[in-house]
Amino acid sequence: MDIQIKSGRLIDPQNGLDAQRDLYISEGRIVGIGDAPKGFKAEQVIDAQGLVVMPGLVDVAARLREPGYEYKATLESEMAAAVAGGVTSLACPPDTDPPLDEPGLVEMLKHRARNLNQCRVFPIGALTYGLKGAELTEMAELTEAGCKAFSQADAPLTDTRVLLRAMQYAATFGYRVWLRPQDSFLAKNGVAHDGEVATRLGLPPIPVAAETIALSTALQLARETGVTLHICRLSSAAGVDMVRAAKLEGLNVTCDVSMNHVHLTEMDIGFFDANCHLMPPLRSQRDRAALRAGLLDGTIDAICSNHSPVDDDAKLLPFAEAEAGATGLELLLSLVLKWAEQENVPLLHALSRISINPAQLLGQKMGHLSQGAHADICIFDPEARWRVAPAALKSQGKNTPFNGYEMQGRVRYTLLDGQIVFQQ
Amino acid sequence: MNNPQLNKNGELQHLLSTEGLPARILRDILDRAGEFVNPNGASEVRKVPLLHGKSVFNIFFENSTRTRTTFEIAAKRLSADVVNLNIGSSSTSKGETLLDTVDNLCAMHADMFVVRHSTSGAAHLIAKHVAPDIHVINAGDGRHAHPTQALLDMFTIRHYKKEFHNLTVAIVGDVLHSRVARSQIHALTTLGVPEVRVIAPKTLLPTHVDKLGVRVFHDMQEGLKGVDVVMMLRLQNERMQGALLPSAQEYFKYYGLTQERLALAKDDAIVMHPGPMNRGVEIDSSVADGSQAVILPQVTFGIAVRMAVMSILAGN
Repeated sequence: MDIQIKSGRLIDPQNGLDAQRDLYISEGRIVGIGDAPKGFKAEQVIDAQGLVVMPGLVDVAARLREPGYEYKATLESEMAAAVAGGVTSLACPPDTDPPLDEPGLVEMLKHRARNLNQCRVFPIGALTYGLKGAELTEMAELTEAGCKAFSQADAPLTDTRVLLRAMQYAATFGYRVWLRPQDSFLAKNGVAHDGEVATRLGLPPIPVAAETIALSTALQLARETGVTLHICRLSSAAGVDMVRAAKLEGLNVTCDVSMNHVHLTEMDIGFFDANCHLMPPLRSQRDRAALRAGLLDGTIDAICSNHSPVDDDAKLLPFAEAEAGATGLELLLSLVLKWAEQENVPLLHALSRISINPAQLLGQKMGHLSQGAHADICIFDPEARWRVAPAALKSQGKNTPFNGYEMQGRVRYTLLDGQIVFQQ
Repeated sequence: MNNPQLNKNGELQHLLSTEGLPARILRDILDRAGEFVNPNGASEVRKVPLLHGKSVFNIFFENSTRTRTTFEIAAKRLSADVVNLNIGSSSTSKGETLLDTVDNLCAMHADMFVVRHSTSGAAHLIAKHVAPDIHVINAGDGRHAHPTQALLDMFTIRHYKKEFHNLTVAIVGDVLHSRVARSQIHALTTLGVPEVRVIAPKTLLPTHVDKLGVRVFHDMQEGLKGVDVVMMLRLQNERMQGALLPSAQEYFKYYGLTQERLALAKDDAIVMHPGPMNRGVEIDSSVADGSQAVILPQVTFGIAVRMAVMSILAGN
């Protein structure tokens, strides 16, 4: 279908464009910006007056819970959540049941996602079989099946020789290794930042050293192997400093932060609010300030939702027994807008954290509005205000620390390959 | 954030923690407990009808004999109907969740729950879940809080020392894993004790214990100097695992309370212990049985304090 998106404020960080322009779409591609191509005849006109037109969001961490955890979420429910949040591409971690360690599983997931035709799914393959941290997966086969990087998700990899070998092997083929840095001994049984709140509430702590020690190991081995390393869900000020220094040194490293950690701290746990039981744990205000500074100066490349739908039964437990995680796909855009407003970050800059930057982390030519690009587009009303009500979320996971918060920015249309896949 | 322990009139709805309670409520509890104790310190055994017709459910997800028994005695002296459930060995092992268990008990018309659980925050979760006419008393949750123990300790201190504002109090031992210590610290600071000290090796202290408003000592001799009250904590045997301590012997050598060390405190200092004691591990028998120990009166006062808490809750 030929679509004209009329009079919107086009924001395309990749091309440095922030201006009122019409956008013309034909056969799933962007065919004109500003001026209509010759002979273009719109079958549908979307009036985007007062709305922002941006590349569809790219989220580098969204758990879809398939296969194996369909009682928490299904592809159907989470794809609907993605497009309602303006997300047109997402990467899913391999910690499903079974984990994404076999090409057949990856193909099945891609196939199921493709049939739903809502949002592009980029699986992250398991770095080791069963995420057990002992044997390497068939990374080449998994890449052929569609994996864009390899990771342990939140599973520990304690054997540093296995980690070295995994990086060497990945570096041989130019595959990306994504690691969430957490020393499993220091984090053992821990559920909250080793700070004032954990001390007061008597919660088993996770010290910052759990992050910095694992990060130091990962960076050192990346230096040895030359692997393309991505650090997932940075949580501490000390961690930000280490990544900044590694980038300055010229190491091939990137990193992301979850939207939860951009906005919340350990204080939000309050009286044992299990919705704030997250991994990594929410840390101190100083850590949050350092994460924000890292986003501003480019140390942190992307903001992700770290969408992890959890069933209610797994949350209605004492804090430490409750499962970590929160729903997030539908909140990502609003929380990035909120951060941008609080820190006076121009939208052109802020929105790169959820479009072109994460696209590049996945090695994909997407996340921008160039002529000829796939027409994956998010159109949102930057002035709209709404209140987070769990029952109104499309995600099967209803647990979020932002329950009841007022949000800004509401997605009006989501287009995938030039098709309207969401509209409200 | 609303204090989950208070109702909209600012009265005690649940007793979950000593943290965040105004001094006036703590004092009310101590005063009320005083009514259940006769002036020479012995507890009044007379039965009062304050909780007549009410059902108190003791639900213990973690083993306890002493605390459960004192709650049971307290409830019975208030004429309540008492039901004891040791859930550690029943429902949850059959897969029932904590809140399912609570819902079932609510359906049996409970008026008050006394809860012990091995996980921090369990009592808060239950308090948030139950109907507004049900009261929850935390009888110990994980490492978080054990408010009635702390209140009976405050009652004991007031009994022997009369005032709080001129005291130096030392808490000795495994603060890291201790719900008792956390509740004691909040109660002492709220009641106006100017100096609360904690004494322990670094492995047995939370990283940010100073944020609780205490002075930290690693040298027991230094820490005991001139104190009015010594509050010992129980050292669990399993602390020898997990590389927290090398041995009970070495612990006793450096942190055990002996007569020589106690001599560093004020002459009229009192020695307290929440029980059960490990003689020869955290406390020497001669101190435990000595003239400065007030460990058995603590137990007696414990019943009066629990009666006070239950009767105040039932009246709100």
